[in-house]
Amino acid sequence: MRGVSCGYGDRVILSNVDLDLHRGQVIGVMGTSGGGKTTLLRLIGRQLTPISGQVMFDGVDIATLDRNGLYALRRRMGMLFQFGALFTDFSVFDNVAFPLREHTNLSESMIRDVVLMKLDAVGLRGARNLMPSEVSGGMARRVALARAIALDPDLIMYDEPFAGLDPISLGSASRLIRDLGQALGVTSIVVSHDVEETFAIADRIVFIANGSVVAQGTPDEIRASTDPLVHQFFTASPDGPVEFHYPAVSIADDFGAGARR
Amino acid sequence: MNWLNPASVGHLVRTELVSLGMAARLFARLVALTPAALRRFRLVSEQIFFVGNRSLSIISVSGLFVGFVLALQGYYTLKRYGSAEAVGLLVALSLVRELGPVVTALLFAGRAGTSLTAEIGLMKAGEQLAAMEMMAVDPVRRVLAPRFWAGLIAMPLLAAVFSAVGVIGGWLVAVPLLGIDDGSFWSQMQGGVRWTADVGNGVIKSIVFGITVTFVALWQGYTCKPTPEGVSRATTQTVVVSSLAVLALDFTLTAMMFSI
Repeated sequence: MRGVSCGYGDRVILSNVDLDLHRGQVIGVMGTSGGGKTTLLRLIGRQLTPISGQVMFDGVDIATLDRNGLYALRRRMGMLFQFGALFTDFSVFDNVAFPLREHTNLSESMIRDVVLMKLDAVGLRGARNLMPSEVSGGMARRVALARAIALDPDLIMYDEPFAGLDPISLGSASRLIRDLGQALGVTSIVVSHDVEETFAIADRIVFIANGSVVAQGTPDEIRASTDPLVHQFFTASPDGPVEFHYPAVSIADDFGAGARR
Repeated sequence: MNWLNPASVGHLVRTELVSLGMAARLFARLVALTPAALRRFRLVSEQIFFVGNRSLSIISVSGLFVGFVLALQGYYTLKRYGSAEAVGLLVALSLVRELGPVVTALLFAGRAGTSLTAEIGLMKAGEQLAAMEMMAVDPVRRVLAPRFWAGLIAMPLLAAVFSAVGVIGGWLVAVPLLGIDDGSFWSQMQGGVRWTADVGNGVIKSIVFGITVTFVALWQGYTCKPTPEGVSRATTQTVVVSSLAVLALDFTLTAMMFSI
């Protein structure tokens, strides 16, 4: 990514972000809520187009692609949404089979084998006949992960893969992300707040706050960083460069003698 | 909204024009996706089952009662001119030319249109459409186009069922109840209903209504705000907009068909 800026309406979320991602790495994207982490993922998948700057994938500026080119590119990406985004009227099996049925001419028996392999990787081979409404939030996320890797993509983007998982599934989820990177050479981008898990699996950490990259490097470098923003994040202190409060008028104006409404 | 302020009127006109343009583009895409939709006809037939088959009960019951009422009201008027036997013709003509297509379209908007809007709106709210996009599957091709074709195909069939059941309802009131002669009930109908001018125009109407109602429902669902309030507003809008559009189009089509 080169000098990318992006925003919704008048609010600029990301400004002038430079970022290089390398094949086969696990990149942890960390930062405060509302800091632009999800926006970053949306830019890479071109669900959003940047106001300025370029997003390059394999040397191609993705903003120049037409619909067919973009879809060909997206076939090489997998994305895990924050809440799974499973198709609610399909069973777990059909959800994972969906990309295979749409994009390949595999026979049903081949599709069955692939789907069961992917489900086995997330530990849900036995849950194949359940409907999304019958599985828990954490299981839904794992089904969505199986669906995201169904086509063996080159790049997988995880939006908050650890949020709301119990410690056991959390451990296996992070192991899975790690193994996918090593076994298949998949590049993974993990957006997360979870310091311990992300540091354990990431090759590189990118720290985003207030719309720009404030620090990046290996987990050890980040840990040693003296940047006040990063420091505030790891010590979890409410005071520091990151404002806990959304921008507002002063307290005196809202509650004091001058308050009208 | 201040109607005296030119800027806010201008803003309203411009936003409406933009959404009209977007709707026209979506419509053009749906038409352009015709070959793709027909190639995977299984998706279309699934949807015909959903929107068509499940509307059958409400359509046939309504058709029966409309037939009953038409026969009663027609008999009341026709008897004064001594032509009560023509009640069969009156029932059939009213149904085939007018009430079949129109009432079916209104019921279809309430029964199938709302469920289409809610379904697509909730898919949007649950990020399912975005997930599909990210899997390189075009939601317009995969979700919208099959439903569009299903509505277009189901509507004339439902209107035909409505008219047929209505004629039976008319017969039930006219012959056993009011004592009209069975033979003249049917022969008047046979002699008076023309194939292309009456039945054909009715079919054209119901195809146009099918396109209108289904497209409005899909558009409302596809563009709604992905929140509970947004989906509920979109479902209401589907009924309001498509009912008004059907009634306005019906007048236009009838006027055009009369002049031919």
